[in-house]
Amino acid sequence: MSLTTQRTMVEALNLALDEALSTDPDVCLMGQDIGCNGGVFRVTKGLQGKHGQDRVMDSPLAECGIVGTAVGMAIYGLKPVAEIQFSGFTMQAFDQIEQNMARYRNRTRHGQPLAMVMRTPYGGGIRAVEHHSESREAYWAHTPGLKVVIPSGPRNARALLAAAIQDPDPVIFYEPKAVYRAFREDVPDDPEVARLGRAQVVRNGSDITVISYGAMMRPVLEASDDLSSLHGIDVEIIDLLTIKPMDTETIIESVTKTGRCVVVHEGHKTCGIGAEIIARINEHAFGHLLAPVGRISGYDIPFPYFQCEQHFLPDPDTIIEKIQDLMTWQ
Amino acid sequence: MDTKPVQLDNIDVLQVLNEEGMVDTTKAPPLTHDQLRRLYVAMVLTRKFDSRMLAMQRQGEMGTFAPNLGQEATQIGQVFPLTADDWFAPSYRSFGAQIWRGWSMEQLLLLWAGYHEGFPPPEGVNDLPFSIVIGSHVLPAVGVAMGMAQKKQQHCVTVNFGDGAMSQGAVNEAFNFAAVYKAPCVFVCENNGWAISTPLQRQAATESLAVRGIGFGIPSIRVDGNDILAMVAATTTAAERARAGQGPSLIEAVTYRMSLHTTADDPTVYRQEEHVDPWHQRCPLLRFERYLNRESILTEDECRRIADECEQRVLEARAKFREMAKARPEEIFDFVYHTMPPELIEQKKDYLSRLARKGLNP
Ligand SMILES: Cc1ncc(C[n+]2csc(CCOP(=O)(O)OP(=O)(O)O)c2C)c(N)n1
Ligand SMILES: [Mg+2]
Repeated sequence: MSLTTQRTMVEALNLALDEALSTDPDVCLMGQDIGCNGGVFRVTKGLQGKHGQDRVMDSPLAECGIVGTAVGMAIYGLKPVAEIQFSGFTMQAFDQIEQNMARYRNRTRHGQPLAMVMRTPYGGGIRAVEHHSESREAYWAHTPGLKVVIPSGPRNARALLAAAIQDPDPVIFYEPKAVYRAFREDVPDDPEVARLGRAQVVRNGSDITVISYGAMMRPVLEASDDLSSLHGIDVEIIDLLTIKPMDTETIIESVTKTGRCVVVHEGHKTCGIGAEIIARINEHAFGHLLAPVGRISGYDIPFPYFQCEQHFLPDPDTIIEKIQDLMTWQ
Repeated sequence: MDTKPVQLDNIDVLQVLNEEGMVDTTKAPPLTHDQLRRLYVAMVLTRKFDSRMLAMQRQGEMGTFAPNLGQEATQIGQVFPLTADDWFAPSYRSFGAQIWRGWSMEQLLLLWAGYHEGFPPPEGVNDLPFSIVIGSHVLPAVGVAMGMAQKKQQHCVTVNFGDGAMSQGAVNEAFNFAAVYKAPCVFVCENNGWAISTPLQRQAATESLAVRGIGFGIPSIRVDGNDILAMVAATTTAAERARAGQGPSLIEAVTYRMSLHTTADDPTVYRQEEHVDPWHQRCPLLRFERYLNRESILTEDECRRIADECEQRVLEARAKFREMAKARPEEIFDFVYHTMPPELIEQKKDYLSRLARKGLNP
């Protein structure tokens, strides 16, 4: 019987990094304050002490420098896992992500592929100052050559990060910081590696499909509890886990079955991930729809100052109301 | 010619007022007693405000913020030479300088308590809003200076940032633009030894950061950032050069972050108290006070009274802040575009109905 340990997402991510450093001598970490400070969220706590300064590197304060040199290390055959302190500061690295990280494989016709990961915490809900609450995963999903992965809980965070590090292509790994310490979950003590590109049906249902990912999975689960206990609505829930490449098959199979769907994310509405999901449903399951596909998202405004953030973020009530609307749609 | 490349690691630090409060009169800037008193009051006020804000944060009344304990001389010295027509572009640790520039303390409290109202520069204050993103405000500050040059205005811009910011590509681009366009800009690098947990030695391979400016063709100086008189001397010279069309200067103010990086930080993880100890002796207020007392510019009694008055002003600001601190969630759509586009009007309608459901009707 394999054993498990209750871990937070921070601890689970730490475990995945520790395992990767321990088993693969090419893996190395780089980022601001990731050494003795263990990162500002403590995801890399203890790793420099255990694996040394050469492999767990504190970097100067330059995101473009972190990603750009990680690209070079990956060309040389290392497997760098770069940490950007907050996803808001990945913008400083946009140049290297877009011009190099995403394109080397294609540019060199497979000659110089980049097995590298850029990890970064994203999303709202921690009463942070400006630039610390954004969800801009759509930028990276829009860029050819990148994979985009977003875990929702401790167990899948560990397994997905392990997969991202082993993946032969560059991966943007978005960590929902609101979930970092929100709850514990059983995480297997033995290594567990997920398959990228696979969504997970976390709850089976027959009335409507809810598609979400990351920190929004919690309000979705809460809403679906209420919907089934108070309103008798049977919700099927899909956790995307990988945003790109997207698991269209799982989405279409579910929507074909339920005939109704709502997508939920905290990123902005226009050209957000929801728009892409709806387009795919339109392409592949239009004939099965009993109602238009609903979309709950962040609004098209800068993430508000934290006194107002709770009103910006999608909440269970909003999800419940939307689903009730769609159930009675004619 | 020698084929060995040239290397420049360090330059001397300008000091006027030493730790014992003794002044090197050959270098002292010509300040009146009244000016000296104003500098002192501003530094005391900065410290009182800082410690009150920390207490408020610990009691849950304030969000995360970055204390500036020990950096009061750098704070006030950099803005002292600025007139109302000059501009200042602050970093997030600059509230001492912002108060000097005319930001009310209650507004700064609003800002750090998460209210949008705290952000815009007050009427008549030619400042940029502070920047959270390290170094991202430095290019815009240079742009303001380029505008001044283009309009033939004899004003200048002072922009401040940390030692960590020196690593950002954008900051180095800013140096180059300012140098190439001879922009009337004063760069103040507040070298407080740390960027969160990263000590200067891991940030840069040189001992001094001012040497960078020289590489860009910018006259550069290292200054004891805990010495208010040296700061005033250096910034005054730099501001005068800028206004006279002689281009940018870089001032590296050598100081120390005695407190937390931010209230979310725990420095015991990465630095020992022994590192901080010597800086108590180098306290910018202590040495200035010694000097002012000895020269009978301010008596010890007067200093105590100033401390009480500053504390009082801070408490009054807190009271005003408490009255003003009201979230206005209905406003969050209203400042994104000059004219709200139809799709946003639509979204706002949806949002307001959500607020109404929560009983938060405007
Ligand atoms: C572009 C960017 N990267 C990372 C951060 C996170 N961060 C906030 S403050 C800080 C350290 C800044 O150090 P320094 O420039 O020396 O200024 P100090 O805080 O010491 O005043 C970091 C890394 C940020 N705000 N912006
Ligand atoms: Mg610093």
